[in-house]
Amino acid sequence: MRQSLPSGKRLRGEPASPDILFQAALAVLAALSVLALAALLLLVLLRDSLPAITAFGFDFLLSTEWNPVAGEFGALPFIYGTIVSSLLALVIGVPLSLGIAVYLAEIAPAKVRAVLTPVIELLAAIPSVIIGLWGIFVLAPFVREHLAEPLMEHAGFLPIFSGPAYGYSVLTASLVLAIMIIPIISSISREAILAVPRLQKEGALALGATRFEMLMSVVLPYARGAIFGAVMLGLGRAIGETMAVTMVIGNSPKLFTSLLHPGYTMAAVIANEFTEATEDLYLAALIEIGLILFLISMLVNVLARLITRRYRRVAGGV
Amino acid sequence: MKKAYVLAVLLVALAAACTSSGGKDTGGGEEKREITINGAGASFPYPLIMKWSQEYYRLKGVKINYQSIGSGGGIRQTLAKTVDFGASDAPLSEEEFSRMQGILHIPETLGSVAVVYNLPGVEELRLTGEVLADIYLGKITRWNDPRIAELNPEAELPDEQIVVVRRSDGSGTTFVFSDYLSSVSQEWSQKVGKGKSLSWPVGLGGKGNEGVAGLVKQNPYSIGYVELAYAIENGMSYASLKNRAGRFVKPSIAGTSAAAAGAAPELPKGYESWAQVSIVNAPGEDAYPISSFTYLLVYRDLSVIPGMTEAKARALVEFLWWAVHDGQKYAPELHYAPLPEQVVKLNEETIRLITYGGKPLLQVPE
Repeated sequence: MRQSLPSGKRLRGEPASPDILFQAALAVLAALSVLALAALLLLVLLRDSLPAITAFGFDFLLSTEWNPVAGEFGALPFIYGTIVSSLLALVIGVPLSLGIAVYLAEIAPAKVRAVLTPVIELLAAIPSVIIGLWGIFVLAPFVREHLAEPLMEHAGFLPIFSGPAYGYSVLTASLVLAIMIIPIISSISREAILAVPRLQKEGALALGATRFEMLMSVVLPYARGAIFGAVMLGLGRAIGETMAVTMVIGNSPKLFTSLLHPGYTMAAVIANEFTEATEDLYLAALIEIGLILFLISMLVNVLARLITRRYRRVAGGV
Repeated sequence: MKKAYVLAVLLVALAAACTSSGGKDTGGGEEKREITINGAGASFPYPLIMKWSQEYYRLKGVKINYQSIGSGGGIRQTLAKTVDFGASDAPLSEEEFSRMQGILHIPETLGSVAVVYNLPGVEELRLTGEVLADIYLGKITRWNDPRIAELNPEAELPDEQIVVVRRSDGSGTTFVFSDYLSSVSQEWSQKVGKGKSLSWPVGLGGKGNEGVAGLVKQNPYSIGYVELAYAIENGMSYASLKNRAGRFVKPSIAGTSAAAAGAAPELPKGYESWAQVSIVNAPGEDAYPISSFTYLLVYRDLSVIPGMTEAKARALVEFLWWAVHDGQKYAPELHYAPLPEQVVKLNEETIRLITYGGKPLLQVPE
């Protein structure tokens, strides 16, 4: 934002005016205030987690022991659970999202498109606690009875599908997360696909490509950057999601191998234990988990920005 | 849309005008504006304190404003002196107690934890503390284990794996439950211990009482623990536990009060440390073994709290007096157990100790 305004003007070759100065100053101030807020957040997280950082050092990231009674804290099961559940959500959600995006942008008749597009986007507006409740009452029993049983029976020799299954599991959490990130990924991807110039598509068709070939060779490569950015935004959402995950993941701080077993995420442990954490070290350990979560989310978002920006430059040059 | 919005704003403004003028009217001659007392802490006693707040406001016009932010937050806010009273499900630890000079423990009500289960075809289930501890340690894993069968000769126990369910969030319920298991099982107290959050050997974690209740209801062959109110309101089956007197008792309000009465002679004074207090596995024929107090935390000299006035301090003390006496009658309808006589007497002594700048506050309202 802060760069696009002035540079956009210059691209169009307008002469510089005092307006530009004003806009630039405003943009810089706005950018600074955001930076200042982020820095402040980081600072507070650092300050409040200091007791845990000094007590456990780097071991905090590697230890699997989480025992508030004994005052021993390690974040590995939570980091692991967050990463596995989020990536699995991408594995489930991204193909579906792309299918939705391509269908809505290229294939669906105008009437279907007019109905489906807002419905998909509405999904993003459902509060996560509602999705979590649905997860408890509908999805978890469904996973236990109709998904885990056949998986264990036919693929149980794979460690990731070994039993027993209770329904409250990493798999259930990832399904819930997938549902929550599909609207984000599919709507951004749909817009990227719509932005593909008509001439290019027609050119491909004129060269004798089928519709499928046109999609694969022209549309998706062209929109690739934006789609990747959308996926990263979805990942960011999945990593930070708290309520819905807490309600279905089973909350067990173990390094699970089976996706049918319970796990735990960073956001979930903070939500679960913060209110009753009375000891200082305990509180600091929870805040340090918050700090790690903050850094990982920042990283994912920065990556998403970089990728989408690069895509914009490429697209702008065409 | 717009009209409705304007109307709403007007209504709010009108209501505000009414209450503020109302406050002035009752103010009367002396400086007696509407007093608001702020408290924060445990969520377990929240429904009862809300009930008290309503009743007491009707009675005395004193507002009790209670935020249920969890015991941890309640203790921190009490330490920071940002609230007039705190509330905690567990007593202050020795360390916390030593950091809060002149803090008083006032047990305000009693709760108990029911062991709930989902066993199709089994109507009655009897357990002992040792067996329960071994189930939660992961040592007893099947329902037809001889040690469970021995206690339940009549029941047809299935050859199924036990699905162990526990709380995932830090909670007073977990504290009481683990306090009980620690007191009956040496292995539990060494390996796991007692606390609001534990390093659990086995089990699925549900968030809140509702989460555990949901998990147990949905998973056949599961066992879990919830506050008694949850077990009753959700129509769940709960187990009888063997108490110290050797009798199998189901959780009940009477059984909880009996546990407190059994433990009463050994309770410390209100100004002493309560860190070692526990009424789990209490003596008494009818005592239900997984019971506990929940506490209000009040400073002995209220002038240490910034912004506290003598009038407000007096109002707080009068409220405390009312809560441990008349207030107790609201407990059973909300599934809390009323304090037994001995504990009320103990609280009377404690409340009499409260001063404002060294000045005693209580003129017993008879």
